[in-house]
Amino acid sequence: MQQAVALSASRASRRGASIGDPIFAGLARASGVLVLLLLGSLILSLFVGGLPAFRQFGAGFLFSVTWDPVRQVFGAGVSVYGTLLTSVLALIFAVPLAFGIAFYLTELAPSWLRRPVGTAIELLAAVPSIIYGMWGFFVIVPIMSQYVEPTLIDTFDGIPVLQDLFAGPPFGTGLFTAAMILAVMVVPFIAATMRDVFETVPPVFKESAYGVGCTTWEVMRSIVIPYTRVSVVGGIMLGLGRALGETMAVTFVIGNADRISPSLFSSGNTIASIVALEFPESPAGSLKLASLLALGFILFVISFIVLAISRTLLRPRLKV
Amino acid sequence: MSTTMSAQQGSASFGGVQARSEEAINEPRIAIRNLDFYYGSNRALKGVNLDLPDKQVTGMIGPSGCGKSTLLRVLNRMYDLYPGQRATGEVMMDGENIIAPDADLNALRARVGMVFQKPTPFPMTIYDNIAFGVKLHERLSKSAMDERVEWSLTRGALWEEVKDRLNTSAMGLSGGQQQRLCIARTIAVRPEVILLDEPTSALDPISTLKIEELIDELKHDFTIAIVTHNMQQAARCADQVAFFYLGEMVEVSPAVQMFTAPRERRTQEYITGRFG
Amino acid sequence: MSATITAGTVPGPAKDLQAARALGRRRHRVNVVIKVLCVLATIIGLLLLASILFTLVWRGATGLSLVVFTQTTKPPGSNGGLLNAIVGTLIQTGLGTLIGAPIGLMVGTYLAEYGRGSPLANAVRFVSDVLLSAPSILIGLFVYELVVEPFGGFSGIAGCLALAVLVIPIVVRTTEDMLQLISPSLREAAVALGAPKWTVIVLICYRAAKDGIVTGILLAIARIAGETAPLLFTSLGNLNWSISLTQPMASLPVTIYQYAGSAFDDWVQLAWVGALLITVGVLALNIVARFALRARS
Repeated sequence: MQQAVALSASRASRRGASIGDPIFAGLARASGVLVLLLLGSLILSLFVGGLPAFRQFGAGFLFSVTWDPVRQVFGAGVSVYGTLLTSVLALIFAVPLAFGIAFYLTELAPSWLRRPVGTAIELLAAVPSIIYGMWGFFVIVPIMSQYVEPTLIDTFDGIPVLQDLFAGPPFGTGLFTAAMILAVMVVPFIAATMRDVFETVPPVFKESAYGVGCTTWEVMRSIVIPYTRVSVVGGIMLGLGRALGETMAVTFVIGNADRISPSLFSSGNTIASIVALEFPESPAGSLKLASLLALGFILFVISFIVLAISRTLLRPRLKV
Repeated sequence: MSTTMSAQQGSASFGGVQARSEEAINEPRIAIRNLDFYYGSNRALKGVNLDLPDKQVTGMIGPSGCGKSTLLRVLNRMYDLYPGQRATGEVMMDGENIIAPDADLNALRARVGMVFQKPTPFPMTIYDNIAFGVKLHERLSKSAMDERVEWSLTRGALWEEVKDRLNTSAMGLSGGQQQRLCIARTIAVRPEVILLDEPTSALDPISTLKIEELIDELKHDFTIAIVTHNMQQAARCADQVAFFYLGEMVEVSPAVQMFTAPRERRTQEYITGRFG
Repeated sequence: MSATITAGTVPGPAKDLQAARALGRRRHRVNVVIKVLCVLATIIGLLLLASILFTLVWRGATGLSLVVFTQTTKPPGSNGGLLNAIVGTLIQTGLGTLIGAPIGLMVGTYLAEYGRGSPLANAVRFVSDVLLSAPSILIGLFVYELVVEPFGGFSGIAGCLALAVLVIPIVVRTTEDMLQLISPSLREAAVALGAPKWTVIVLICYRAAKDGIVTGILLAIARIAGETAPLLFTSLGNLNWSISLTQPMASLPVTIYQYAGSAFDDWVQLAWVGALLITVGVLALNIVARFALRARS
């Protein structure tokens, strides 16, 4: 029993399709545009909000190390220094650790351990940053001030440059401790990314290296790392991006100082921590608030560059 | 309009299968004229002329990449989903060119159904799978829909196996059952033409046999075009067979002739396994 | 060049088995050292996790009592709890997800179904990735500039909006990935029956990707539940009971932040309790989400 439904008739189905499809497609496209607008207005609001500070202090704002609410002179120098120092230091410690974990997870761990350990590392990434801040303040700071810092200060005492770098007093708080907490925070991110990237290496490459008698480490060094080098750097930059913007993990332990001292153990500030700490005392419309927003804008620019590089490196190899 | 089909006159068997008798060619359900198909700038089909006779099975064979699946997907305008793919020429069904830009795609797909190589049950109950397509084109009461579901599953040779679990997920069926479900789902909208794209290549031999028997019954009511890699399957199922090579249709003949005395040398070489 | 190589005609010094074995031993040693270091690294990582969890439980569990859940935050010395903070977090997390997840779903759908390869879609994907990893404190500043300053006050709704902005890119990423995993033949089968595109997406694709999309939303909730910085500039925190969206609203992370840095022991104790509660919630959500995702694949 065939029904002759004419090809170009059937208005009902055509109507149904012709209304539903454009509406849904329009909604989807509009939401995409919304996301673009979101970022655009974010950039704009930070820039416009910080404009009074940029206008007042000019380009020197970026490098000035004065932060004086009394004389109403503000500069980004201390915070930018703190941000860059803590993040880079954090990476120096985090990357080898993350690499070791990733290597272990992909090559060394027995298969029954792989999933639990991997999950544990991922859970480390899920812990909110304020927890890291508290843990850092109550657990790590005492350890730093009682054991680590005195030891390092004594060890480098007398050596020309290093003794200034590792100078007391061992409060336990400060840039170094903040960097350590940050390192613990970014290790799981970088480790997870590295692991995912290592797993994309086709087994046949590794097998051919084993076939000529390479040890596990040699396979890693000569096959896996070169194959994934670009993505690994991308993953590290992703970790860097996270470290740059971390607030709560750092605010508890950084010490809130308004000057730069040579010692790594000195107190300092990052952009994120100074914004969090100084915001309550910045009335709306004040130059101080504008300076904080200007700092936010600078942080955004730094993060954006790092994230954009990271994404470019990661996207082709890994769907990140 | 339909012509009467006399029952198979048992004539020479080929490969142990009843050969179809050479009947007068019916008015074609679909007439393909001068069809070219392009993937971007790459011409995948060249000047194809082919008639699909009403209520008969047309088999399409040929080596990988010869264009047979491409041709099938022209017939229900599946290529519309992908930018960069286009067809020129004429594909006439009931006096209208279905590859013209203004053809109504949804109505077309209600008349020309397709079953794919990989069984694709929708993530819903068996009942809803069948009802899904019907709801797109018809408004049926619950009892009428129940009836349609039962009819489709019966004609799809699946009713007995699933009648007690219509409300369970279709993902729980075996591969062969899933493919029969897909066939039943396609029949449910009561198309005139059914396109089968290597429907059994992902299935085990027993399921394959069941589906071939199904095709044999379905052709009493539907015009069928089947693409297959398996020449024996074409010989078993098809009334006429078209051989494709590198985007051209080399030869179309009744099945018996195709596999015993093909006209073209290239056909001969493919059939005897010289290539492909 | 002869076609066959007979023994003794391969150029180079004779095989020195001693040297080869020495080399092998050294390579083996290096390998073992590195392996040990990697195991050490993993142990350190696990120890850190253990230390955090242990500290939370040790310091936080002792303060767990009914009071925490029945009393609002009170000045130090009075027997206060965290009720308003807990409720505030539930409200802001819930509303933030309610606002952000549908938007994220639509954007993910756009990227997967409508935008393949178009420059607009690539831009949207890039922006979404940037928002995903952008410092959350900046999102707080942004919502402050947009909502708090013009409308004259910190409010719960501003907090919800800040959290929604954080939710969107997470849901976008998982939705797009999950929709892309759907096999083209499933889509084509629906199209072959005559379904219009939006029907294919809503009735078939969403259903097929359901588990993955839900997982993405759960992970988003877990992420925003622990966020502090964006709330500092939007809902600010409230030491009194308030569920009004137009007034400052308390939240667990902000209360923890205020309490932990204070000089009062009972406040610090409550901060630990709050930290334990948040961590348990976040980890539970993560575990549920990951097991749901693994079961699916």
